[in-house]
Amino acid sequence: MNKPFKRKDLLGIRDLSAEEINTILHTAEAFREVSRRDVKKVPTLRGKTVINLFFEPSTRTRTSFELAAKRLSADAVNISTSTSSLAKGETILDMAKNLDAMAPHVIVVRHSSAGVPHQLAKASRASIVNAGDGSNEHPTQALLDAMTIREHKGKIEGLKVAILGDILHSRVARSNVHLLTKLGARVCIAGPGTLVPKDFAKLVDDNLEICQNIESAIEDSDVVMVLRIQKERMNQAFFPTMREYSIHYGLTKERLKLAKKDAIVLHPGPMNRGVEIASDVADGSSSLILNQVEYGLAVRMAVLYLLTGGEE
Amino acid sequence: MKRLVIIGGHLIDPLEKQNGGRNLLIENGRVKAWLKQDEPFPEDAEIIDATGMIVAPGFIDMHVHLREPGQEHKETIETGTAAAVAGGFTSVCCMPNTNPINDNAAITRFIIEQSERAGLANVFPIGAITKNSEGTELAEMGEMRNAGIVAVSDDGRPVPNAGIMRRAMEYAKDFDLTVVDHCEDKSLSNGGVMHEGKISLLLGLRGIPALAEELDAIRDVMLAELTGAKVHIAHISTKGAIEAVRIAKSKGLKVTCEVTPHHFTLTDEAVEGYNTNAKMSPPLRSQEHLEAILEAIKDGTIDAIATDHAPHHPDEKNLEFDRAPFGVIGLETAVGLTFEKLVHVGIIDLVRMVEMFSTNPARIFGLTDRGTLRPGSMADITILDPHLEWTYRVSETRSKSKNSPFDGWSFHGAVVITIVNGKIVYRRS
Repeated sequence: MNKPFKRKDLLGIRDLSAEEINTILHTAEAFREVSRRDVKKVPTLRGKTVINLFFEPSTRTRTSFELAAKRLSADAVNISTSTSSLAKGETILDMAKNLDAMAPHVIVVRHSSAGVPHQLAKASRASIVNAGDGSNEHPTQALLDAMTIREHKGKIEGLKVAILGDILHSRVARSNVHLLTKLGARVCIAGPGTLVPKDFAKLVDDNLEICQNIESAIEDSDVVMVLRIQKERMNQAFFPTMREYSIHYGLTKERLKLAKKDAIVLHPGPMNRGVEIASDVADGSSSLILNQVEYGLAVRMAVLYLLTGGEE
Repeated sequence: MKRLVIIGGHLIDPLEKQNGGRNLLIENGRVKAWLKQDEPFPEDAEIIDATGMIVAPGFIDMHVHLREPGQEHKETIETGTAAAVAGGFTSVCCMPNTNPINDNAAITRFIIEQSERAGLANVFPIGAITKNSEGTELAEMGEMRNAGIVAVSDDGRPVPNAGIMRRAMEYAKDFDLTVVDHCEDKSLSNGGVMHEGKISLLLGLRGIPALAEELDAIRDVMLAELTGAKVHIAHISTKGAIEAVRIAKSKGLKVTCEVTPHHFTLTDEAVEGYNTNAKMSPPLRSQEHLEAILEAIKDGTIDAIATDHAPHHPDEKNLEFDRAPFGVIGLETAVGLTFEKLVHVGIIDLVRMVEMFSTNPARIFGLTDRGTLRPGSMADITILDPHLEWTYRVSETRSKSKNSPFDGWSFHGAVVITIVNGKIVYRRS
């Protein structure tokens, strides 16, 4: 069945229906095959322009979007800048209008401020893809996580997924909570009290639980997702030291034993080895961290394809 | 001799317990007499027909930012007072956070002179509590009082040190000045950009907990008890802060408070879509707090409605949500919102509306001969049509800025004529 994806933009998972999520995931599966060919290129988006606009440093996501565009034969332009529009004296509106004047089909944007993709989407004719906005959402990360889980578990519905770490500031956590609960998984979150706000459980109506400690979150889970700890949080007194964090909240081999035998481990990268995740877990047989990267490319190809008018 | 007579109107003056038909004779800028509607009036008087209208003592906005001196690209005293009279306000009290800060008599005099030059609304400046609003040394309150301030406040940069705040209250008492406090413990708001709760978590924006306001409000109430000073809590927005004021009043302390129309109208859900015109300080709160506000308006815990009119240029507001400045304009929408959200839905009646817009603000800041229309008082008059339907278009605002969350909203109830010192300064076209 060919189901067109009716949206202009992909701003977050929160607004998507389960059906729309499945459309993207199915399309991504088809594109995965392209990356396994010798000639990794299809002419699908020939003549289309994709601008990757990154206001925050990123290697993985930016490269992934760039490769996704190129493998679809789109023209990809990368703009990386660490300064905000404010620092340059430009408003969000100016920026949107200027880019719009070049008539790109898609603008992929990452920004340290939540909501920038939404503000751009209102002002721009191009399709906006959110590649991470502040602490809000990172929809393609959640989609690639879902694809990884589905490939290895065969389903998402009914699974127990533990999400561990800095929930408060994590866009990956927000997108994943929305996506996994929409597809029927049970999500248990845990981390330091300073980084797990008590109201977080109200984020979605169902299937979301805050656990007292990380052990109970991990217990009997099918998937353990570890979030990156950002070093600057330490200076803001969210936790005392990296050492203490790794002892009390890190995913170690011992703690992983509490999960189901065939549990898988995910991390959005880049990892702080020995802090939120022990190296032997990161490199162990349960870890699918590198598979995530591969699926990421397929998901981003699917998103670019669907937003530019392609059908499932 | 310049005479004006307002005929056929329904005169409300809570201070005089007046609520019914009366004609009003004005002479040389003051109220000369109240006349029965069949009583004769001088033939040479200019007639204003207020049939079907409410005639009230001029509305007083206790909390505005006029931005002059220093930020004239956002607003000037002239444009700000033009917006004020169009919104039915005959007087506005402007906060000292100009550039330079109004922490000395020279700035106070400059503001008053500029307002006289504009000749629209009366402007009563509020002086800083501390020098440069830095929270360390007291500003020259006595000298500013002589120059014309009516209260003191470090609005936006509240005095964090309880010891300094105690001294400020003790000292302000000597000059019969009310201390107005924007309650915010900055160690708790700590870089937050909206109310902390479900919506802030959903949007990934840093939250400002209700407690940031409540902790300071409770401190101020206790300091008011210790010092006996007159303390006014600005733009109250949380359940806990309201509770603190309620307790203060039950103890008979001289504690009062105001609420803004945006806080009794909107909740934090207005931030959805990252609308920077829904970003203000204190932030829009959740439904639970909105309900507490409506209850406190009804039971009289909240004394006054003030706009916290805070103009910002579009170039400043059209930024990332977390970088855009706090504040919205409000002078021209306050009356419409009050009719729509409080009067027509039965939360308050017209007498209480006039009390909150005029009687109480005049009493709290000690504005003599205003807030009432008793013969002899200043002829500051707001004439309202309680049923007139109109739509607010921010493109037509008299303010220099356009940062309103109410663009395109429709209201029943409007300002028809505004009279300041016996002179018609606004007439609805």
